[in-house]
Amino acid sequence: MSTESHEVHHEEGEHQSMTKGRIIKVALILSAITAVEFIIALILVPKGIVPIHYANPVYIVLTLLKAFYIVAFFMHLKFEKLGLALAIIVPILFIIGLILVLTNESHHWVDLRV
Amino acid sequence: MSTAVSQIDEVKTTPWSGGRSPFNVEYGKIMMWFFLLSDAFTFSSLLISYGALRFSAAVWPAADKVFQSVPGTSIDHGAPLVFVGIMTFILILSSVTMVLAVEAGHRNSRKEVVTWMILTVIGGFMFLGCQALEWNHLHHEGFWWGSTPSAEALKEFFNGGTAAAQHLTAQEFANLFFTITGFHGFHVFTGVIINIIITVNVLMGTYDKRGSYLMVEKVGLYWHFVDLVWVFVFTFFYLV
Repeated sequence: MSTESHEVHHEEGEHQSMTKGRIIKVALILSAITAVEFIIALILVPKGIVPIHYANPVYIVLTLLKAFYIVAFFMHLKFEKLGLALAIIVPILFIIGLILVLTNESHHWVDLRV
Repeated sequence: MSTAVSQIDEVKTTPWSGGRSPFNVEYGKIMMWFFLLSDAFTFSSLLISYGALRFSAAVWPAADKVFQSVPGTSIDHGAPLVFVGIMTFILILSSVTMVLAVEAGHRNSRKEVVTWMILTVIGGFMFLGCQALEWNHLHHEGFWWGSTPSAEALKEFFNGGTAAAQHLTAQEFANLFFTITGFHGFHVFTGVIINIIITVNVLMGTYDKRGSYLMVEKVGLYWHFVDLVWVFVFTFFYLV
């Protein structure tokens, strides 16, 4: 308990970077990105302006962008020590590895299907 | 040689020279981060399995045909993404109220923390209610673990494909959808319970006595993670 309050004191300066104004700003960015996704899915794709093959990568990029804003600002990771940020972000490489392995593998499953 | 001894005796102050946490974060918060990392692996495994099965399938249920109703209203057709859009905004908003609770905690403002926490809990319940409606709707259409709508009804959900292929992938879709959104919904549910416990603690003045609202920050991390997962579930089930 005593260490907890001590540590918090230590951090206070860094955490003030997440002010109310900034919270609202990030919330608006997240809402705007979601709105863009809806515009693509509800208007641009059905009207044939954007083919679905081009829309899908755009969705994924926008999703990763939203993930960045949530982790960096809402979860404060941007304001933590670099060591902690790396300890959390570097293991994500395993997830990318699994994506590569299984997408490659799934091309072979096609032949096993009806 | 004599200089080497004096160098060892020198007190080092760099982050990794020991004596204090190089991360400059309290123990419980680091552990929350590593728990969330492990949870991210679990969700990734589920979503990547979904992706691999979908890549290898000849046909797959079209999202804008499966999710085109607004459960709980009379709109049954032609409104794709509307309901899930509402759910997404509810979860983003409850994430915002959570981060505002954390911000109020830094200022040790008990009243504000309670207000934002209660709003966060309400947002969580609203999301769970929407998810219950969504599940109920799909269940009524015939989707469930181990069951699909009849072959005739299934045609409506696909853009072509043989009846056999449609039946197979509709089953895969149903299993994956209920497992992944169910696992996410379970996280939302536990998050709501944890938020309620923390709100009660705040009301009882536990964190005023402790001198810090760090606990609000830790459950905040969990709640934002739940929102983060939903961002991915939303993209891969409803958009792609």
